[in-house]
Amino acid sequence: MEYILIIISAVFVNNILLAQFLGTCPFLGVSNKVSTAAGMSGAVIFVMAIATLVTYLFQYYVLIPLGIEFMQTVAFILVIAGLVQMVEIILKKISPALYQALGIFLPLITTNCAVLGVAILVVSKEFAIGGDPHMLNMAQSVVYAAASALGFGVAMVLFAGIREQLDLANVPKAFKGTPIALITAGILALSFMGFAGLV
Amino acid sequence: MSKLSLLTKGIIKENPTFVLVLGMCPTLGTTTSAFNGFGMGLATLFVLTLSNVLISLVAKQVPDKVRIPVYIVLIAAVVTVLQLLMQAFTPALYATLGIFIPLIVVNCIVLGRAEAYASKNSVIDSTMDGIGIGLGFTLSLTVVGTIRELLGSASIFGIKLMDADGMLVFVLAPGAFIVLGYIMVLFNKLKSRIS
Repeated sequence: MEYILIIISAVFVNNILLAQFLGTCPFLGVSNKVSTAAGMSGAVIFVMAIATLVTYLFQYYVLIPLGIEFMQTVAFILVIAGLVQMVEIILKKISPALYQALGIFLPLITTNCAVLGVAILVVSKEFAIGGDPHMLNMAQSVVYAAASALGFGVAMVLFAGIREQLDLANVPKAFKGTPIALITAGILALSFMGFAGLV
Repeated sequence: MSKLSLLTKGIIKENPTFVLVLGMCPTLGTTTSAFNGFGMGLATLFVLTLSNVLISLVAKQVPDKVRIPVYIVLIAAVVTVLQLLMQAFTPALYATLGIFIPLIVVNCIVLGRAEAYASKNSVIDSTMDGIGIGLGFTLSLTVVGTIRELLGSASIFGIKLMDADGMLVFVLAPGAFIVLGYIMVLFNKLKSRIS
């Protein structure tokens, strides 16, 4: 039950893109086509779940025992950058088909602030899901990360669908490109606010 | 390019948010009020300037293949310094800006300037460039924050302008997207009028 609440909360109520503003760059950058948006989302789900697992272990078994929590930012970004490289190499070896589909998006993910953002969030914030505010344990953290990435994917694909239609619409010149995309995203965020209070 | 234009180019011509559309996450996430936007802008200015200085100093010694990881580590180190300073001197602001302070590491503006400018230019020019772009970013964030605060809570820099509540939606997430979208429309209009 708790896991279902975490998933609903992360995908709809606290959508990482539309409510927390993490990962806005790829949201605006690679959301012109539904297929690219879906590819990027797939890569993000994959990397975010693994990255959060590794940084969680790193935080609780390396940084805290050594008493160097202030090194969190440096350590996490290095762990994530290394991890993305590793995922890329392993994927190329064991599943060329998946590598073909996700490959070009993987290098972009290192600088996707959603990955670092979620990794820091799960070890620093208390969540009030299913009872009193508490720190998430390892399984919950990974579920939260995967669900956040899924929320990212849902928003990306929805938005890409809208933008494909938007290309055909007759938009005033000053609104073309990013401005109209932002305003559309605002309306999408407005509709996502309807989920508030669900969990 | 003269030293003065290095400082001012970030404000209009190469404005990082409105023209280059970089660093969207903090622009949307931290501008719930004018003061928060201003604070986030200054924090980024600090990191941008210091990382530009460090990178322009070491750029010649760093082999080309590993330059990006080296730059990221340097930037992360500067961000850590900033985190410790803010925890000590402005704990309230640090708490409000929250996750967006460590996320300066992955702000594309910082790495973008490191790669495009600081790695190729002298220390003094890079310092000026960092300050210039940082000022532009601070200005944009303050503008977005002011408009959102004005519409959302009917005040500016925490000073109540009238006895009204304002439209809450502008302080919440959707308002961020919509306000930024309309500011860009205005920018485009102004640019096409000038040229």
